[in-house]
Amino acid sequence: MSGHPSTYEPKYAASKWLDKRLPIIRMGADFMTYPSPRNLNYWWTFGGILSLCLVAQIITGIILAMHYVPHVDMAFDSVQRIKRDVPFGWLIQPMHAVGASMFFLAVYTHMFRGLYYGSYKAPREMVWIFGCVIYLLMMATGFLGYTLPWGQMSFWGATVITGFFGAIPIVGESLQQWLLGGFAVDNPTLNRFFALHYLLPFVIAAVVGLHVWAMHHAGQNNPIGVEPKSKEDTLSFHPYYTVKDGFAVVVFLLIFAFFVFYQPDALGHADNYIKADPMATPPHIVPEWYFLPFYAILRAVPDKLMGILLMVGAIAVLFILPWLDTSKVRSMRFRPVTRLWFILFVIACFILGWHGALSPDQPVMGVKSVWWSRAATLYYFAFFLVILPVMGLIEKPKELPESITKSVLGEAS
Amino acid sequence: MSNHTNTSHENIDEDKRDFIYIATGAVAAAGAAALAWPLVMQMGKAADTLAAGAIEIDLSKISEGQQLKMLWRGKPVFVRHRTSGEIAEAEAVDVADLKDPQTDDQRLVATPGGKLDPKYLVMVGVCTHFGCIPVGEQGKVDAQGQYGGWYCPCHGSHYDTSGRIRKGPAPKNLEIPPYEYLSDTVIKVG
Amino acid sequence: MKMTFKKTVIGAAAILAAAFGGISIASAAGGGDSHYEMKHVHWHFDGPRGTYDRAAMQRGYQVYREVCSSCHQLEHVAFRHLGDKGGPFYNEHYKNPNDNPLVKALAADWTVEDIDIDTGDVIDRKAIPADMFPPVYANASAAAASNNGKAPPDLSVMVSARTGGADYVYNVLTSYDKNDNMMNMMMNSQVAMANPLSEGLVEYEDGTEATVEQMAKDVTEFLAWTSDPKMEARKSLGLATMLYLLVLSILMWFAYKSVWRNVKH
Repeated sequence: MSGHPSTYEPKYAASKWLDKRLPIIRMGADFMTYPSPRNLNYWWTFGGILSLCLVAQIITGIILAMHYVPHVDMAFDSVQRIKRDVPFGWLIQPMHAVGASMFFLAVYTHMFRGLYYGSYKAPREMVWIFGCVIYLLMMATGFLGYTLPWGQMSFWGATVITGFFGAIPIVGESLQQWLLGGFAVDNPTLNRFFALHYLLPFVIAAVVGLHVWAMHHAGQNNPIGVEPKSKEDTLSFHPYYTVKDGFAVVVFLLIFAFFVFYQPDALGHADNYIKADPMATPPHIVPEWYFLPFYAILRAVPDKLMGILLMVGAIAVLFILPWLDTSKVRSMRFRPVTRLWFILFVIACFILGWHGALSPDQPVMGVKSVWWSRAATLYYFAFFLVILPVMGLIEKPKELPESITKSVLGEAS
Repeated sequence: MSNHTNTSHENIDEDKRDFIYIATGAVAAAGAAALAWPLVMQMGKAADTLAAGAIEIDLSKISEGQQLKMLWRGKPVFVRHRTSGEIAEAEAVDVADLKDPQTDDQRLVATPGGKLDPKYLVMVGVCTHFGCIPVGEQGKVDAQGQYGGWYCPCHGSHYDTSGRIRKGPAPKNLEIPPYEYLSDTVIKVG
Repeated sequence: MKMTFKKTVIGAAAILAAAFGGISIASAAGGGDSHYEMKHVHWHFDGPRGTYDRAAMQRGYQVYREVCSSCHQLEHVAFRHLGDKGGPFYNEHYKNPNDNPLVKALAADWTVEDIDIDTGDVIDRKAIPADMFPPVYANASAAAASNNGKAPPDLSVMVSARTGGADYVYNVLTSYDKNDNMMNMMMNSQVAMANPLSEGLVEYEDGTEATVEQMAKDVTEFLAWTSDPKMEARKSLGLATMLYLLVLSILMWFAYKSVWRNVKH
């Protein structure tokens, strides 16, 4: 799985015995000594941070599942009971809720890093595609999980999102009701959402295995995008990157802890403290912050089906990205013009996130919010479908360094 | 000379580095251990479970030879109004012969007057073997075991009229719950 | 290279801040477009080290008991919670709040429904610390029917359930029109709840003057606690955790520097 010649030599009789039968220690040892490019910067620490997020969410989630009751009459109360009566429930519940936000914060950083440094390009297409699968599964898991506390936002979020399926021609309504297990979001919906919310993280863990396997097979990308050529260009994963990732993880945990202890509700919505009421929709429903850009894209189009297709397209386009970008140069460092387009792309994503939270008619700097969303949506798609394919053909990249080592030493001098 | 100084400097550096690694590892391990505490303790009894109320039982409503069964903290509590024959039988047993030696008096709680009332036996109705509920209905001798008290059908433990284990795999006498007399005829369990 | 990273981080932070700023402006604007200006109260529980004001919570409980509780339930709160650490009637001699005589007395002041185990009849009995605050109405329909069609909401998590939190609750209670007790200035509309507070409505045991502002502030303090009863524990563990992580991050930094000392990268 590690994709480099093994250097592990079992020392003891027992480990020799085991190595012949199940080389599991060898696998771990090879993982730890994996030759990583020596020039990886802090943007590369998010893989480790994300692994931690996944493990933390699974552990706190299993704990919450021990106390949570997936029934419409008791779900909200059981969450309150967790926060009031279960030993340390007041700590574990916000760890899980804030953890979801932290997970997305890290995954978005990780994805922007991959985009900037061209980590999706040959021979790493499978790494990127598995990453996109993980992202999709995370969105599903996040959405299902947000339904479980059974507050107003849970209920109406579930109603709106499952409504997307209702927009599909002909089969839409039957499909939606099949998903819900009824005419509307109700107890059967909550039950199956709970079951799936428990299942999907383990599917994510499996796909993470494939993601890492593909990455180790192709080798890690690095900030200059030039493949390692000699032994000098790489360092053993341990201790060099374990300690670097470790430092980054602790800094990340500082942010995580700040929210858990001091702002546990800041990333959620006050309306979710109101028990789900199928008779009254909150005046202003918004999804969790990490879905806001897609929500803005959805609302940018006045047609229901088109809006949904566009939103789905915004994610689908990521899957074909490796074939859209025509440039052979990976890192934006050597593509000065495309780099500017990329920065604009990041800004467009933030604009979408911002306007996803606003009411479409609200004026911002004299322009209705929905027009901001439309402009940013247009740019979002143009970046992938026009700018990247064209820039690869017309832009003359800067000269690439000969090797990682040369670039490192050159920069230092 | 200069070579020598260099070497000793390196040794000092080496020591410093080792210290940093050990300190970092130790602090990280301590943090992980501290984090494990709430993650494990959450499975303990929750505050609402601990607060589960005490129950009051009016003894005067139980006629002689009858047994009342009530749920307390998720387990049945047996209150038996014993006949004088059963009391005599319980008191006549030689404590030295018992697996879990206890006199009948030791299994009772004083009334407000300071005396013991052997008529009423209060026990947690859970076999001390593996937690089944023993049977002991009046009038059915085969359902009371060989010692006229209770019989656990799961693995065949026999309890006498004081709820003491006499035969079978159970290691202990039937447990006496914490209870007190509020008056001569009302007790509060828990 | 490092400079670029720093710049990028600072840039991203600025954009994030702008985005969040936009969101908060958006959500604040959602509350109506009157000329009413929200009064911001300096709460004792504000800030990273803020705690609940015990005396205010106790007075607030009295306001809840004597005024609010005739229509509003606290369905997620039990009487024993009143004596929990961080709660209004905590007494360090009674680590188990069920034994706290004051909590027992407060509970006994309430009547809860129970089942007579002998007859199976529904009976009323005095509450004990283990009981939850009892419902005011038999069911939601009864609650709505008794209140002009709108059921009074549960107050257990009211402070968390409103954007603006404690300030929102305080402002609702203090912004009724003087001439129209169904007109709330903050909401800028007629509301279902008539102005519940008036000067001297309760008589505080500690002699505090019961002005409308005082009662609103006290009951909000109490409801802030019912919304987030473990806040004090969370904040104090938070401080320890942040300090621990700070120390660990410094150690990790030195470990990192030490491992990489001979590697140019």
